[in-house]
Amino acid sequence: MTTTLTAPKEQSCTLLAPGHTACTGCGEALAAKLVLGAAGTNIIVTDATGCLEVFTTKFPQSSWEVPFIHSLFENSAAVASGVEVALKALGRQNEAKVIAQGGDGGTADIGLQALSGMLERGHDILYVCYDNEAYMNTGVQRSGLTPFDCMTTTSPCGEFSWGNKHNKKDMPSIAAAHGIPYVATASVAFPKDIENKVKKALSITGPKYMQIHSPCPLGWRSKPQLTIQVARLAVQTGLYPIFEIENGKVTKVRKVTTPKTPVEEYLKIQGRFAHLFKSPKGKEEIQKIQEIADRNIEKYGLA
Amino acid sequence: MSTTFIEGSIAVAKTVGVCRPHVISAYPITPQTHIIEHLSELVANGEIKSEYVNVESEHSAASVVLGASATGARTYTATTSQGFLLMIEVLFNIAGMRLPVVMTCVNRAVSAPINIWNDQQDSMTARDSGWIQLYAEDNQEASDMHLQAFKIAENKDILLPVMVCMDGFVLTHSFDPIELISQAQADKFLPPFKPQYYLTPKNPLSMGTMVGPEAYMETRYFIEKTMRASLQVISDVATDFHNQFGRFQGGLIDTYKVEDATLVLVAMGSIIGTIKDIVDELRAKEQKVGVLKVRSYRPFPKDEIYKALNHVKEIAVVEKAVSLGYGGILVNEIKSVFYGKPKTPKINGFILGLGGRDITVDTIHQVIKETAKAASEEKFVGLNEALIGGK
Repeated sequence: MTTTLTAPKEQSCTLLAPGHTACTGCGEALAAKLVLGAAGTNIIVTDATGCLEVFTTKFPQSSWEVPFIHSLFENSAAVASGVEVALKALGRQNEAKVIAQGGDGGTADIGLQALSGMLERGHDILYVCYDNEAYMNTGVQRSGLTPFDCMTTTSPCGEFSWGNKHNKKDMPSIAAAHGIPYVATASVAFPKDIENKVKKALSITGPKYMQIHSPCPLGWRSKPQLTIQVARLAVQTGLYPIFEIENGKVTKVRKVTTPKTPVEEYLKIQGRFAHLFKSPKGKEEIQKIQEIADRNIEKYGLA
Repeated sequence: MSTTFIEGSIAVAKTVGVCRPHVISAYPITPQTHIIEHLSELVANGEIKSEYVNVESEHSAASVVLGASATGARTYTATTSQGFLLMIEVLFNIAGMRLPVVMTCVNRAVSAPINIWNDQQDSMTARDSGWIQLYAEDNQEASDMHLQAFKIAENKDILLPVMVCMDGFVLTHSFDPIELISQAQADKFLPPFKPQYYLTPKNPLSMGTMVGPEAYMETRYFIEKTMRASLQVISDVATDFHNQFGRFQGGLIDTYKVEDATLVLVAMGSIIGTIKDIVDELRAKEQKVGVLKVRSYRPFPKDEIYKALNHVKEIAVVEKAVSLGYGGILVNEIKSVFYGKPKTPKINGFILGLGGRDITVDTIHQVIKETAKAASEEKFVGLNEALIGGK
């Protein structure tokens, strides 16, 4: 389906026009708006199936003030590869930068193969993963980027379960292992940082990977007005390390607070971790999560 | 006109090359490999100016050409069998987005059991995808069809992807004297691709948006309507081709000695050649036999088939695919051609040649013998009696 409709200009104050149907407090909508704002109008964006595509493109409306294409769940990176080579083949490479987008499932699970191909082939594309840590569009099922002990609809807590059994997949390292020039993590709690990283990424030729922590109040069962606070605590505790990897080396990190903020502060304001606070045994689980944060602090030198 | 003794795959690759595709993307799978190897060689030698994208799967090959086509590029891919099945999700998407991609489906059996040899189960599985499907009888036709395919797909009233189907090994790996299409000839036949809508910051469009119950059905309606309109375009392009090159392999269908025939065999692809030989042999014995080639399977040319066959007493449909749990696929569509018509011929269906099982002159003779019997459920012909426990 090709539509020729864009949102009326007079309503638009950003390149992601208001009036879309994202939930109140949606971190992904905010992150996407920041990415577009920093990238400017001379871009072509692709998007994987997921919340972002659904809440921005309900026919006959579209929030995208830039050329946009959604194809399928797992092929955003491959579609973007096609866009990039087509621009080259048509002699239009100076016309637009290409940005591929996907959620955490579309990036780290079902779209990982296509993303790996895109990174390996060296396309001049910025891939942005909006990481809200589960399949939110389909009703909060676990993904490869769901954190340890997190409750989702397919990793429920129960007598024999503390929620998600597995650690969050280390996507930034997987991306960096492709030998690409730029990898960065970011968080909607730090909008200026997102903008700076997008601008920096787009100034570099070649494949770039950026992963933005984007709280989902519905899936995380956090208060919509706390989205920024939740996101900030993930960074401050060390659970979501913010860093840049340039040509394989960590070049810049965002330090955690001193003294360090215990992970409880982050966990206790989200319903997806509420089960950890209901029994004494939950304390041991919280300790395991603290250890994850401590390892991140150690690994990236966040202290 | 001079001919070159050349492998089918190489002839196809050369034709695709002179169509000046901007972007080619493919993943290797037997027996499609010679086509894409030769195309990558043409790019490597600078003989064609295309971006050749080596991908990590057929899913991505189709996705790359999807993205490139949406950006305004002429695009090509090729696959077969398992690769084709992996692509199917994207194939529906390409058609739904009305992108005029051209691909070759080298026809091969699908797994399990794994089998690399020819039948037509792969492409038949995507008959409802919204792709125009053309089946080649021989390598000359396979080669020529690709030039025609781009012209059909890119017609501004069509904008649907076109799949050229050619039998794996039987055509792709066989050598024939082929009249190759020169660059000048191709340029004369095929105008540059100038899409009205494409991804550009100069006119930001949203493509592939979400469409709910209030408008989804209309997208299907328009594809169906366009498919019907494409019947004329496919015929016209074949006629244009005939006018420029002097070769005509049929538009929607082709017939051989059907006019006065009492028995007509109906088939698709390379088997037509074998059947023509048998028709000649039987005609020499004064048996009124003919053959009808379904060249365009989607859109399905019901009217043309009816016109060609309405005088016939018996029809034998031979096909290299099966709808498991139902039987023959093409045979039922041929039967549907005669539904509600005043006179219905006896129509028998035969499934043969699956997984590369040899189709010999004897196989076709057996089909003709069976046709003389009463109309029946579709039969498998050429089974190994020892493997199925005798009769």
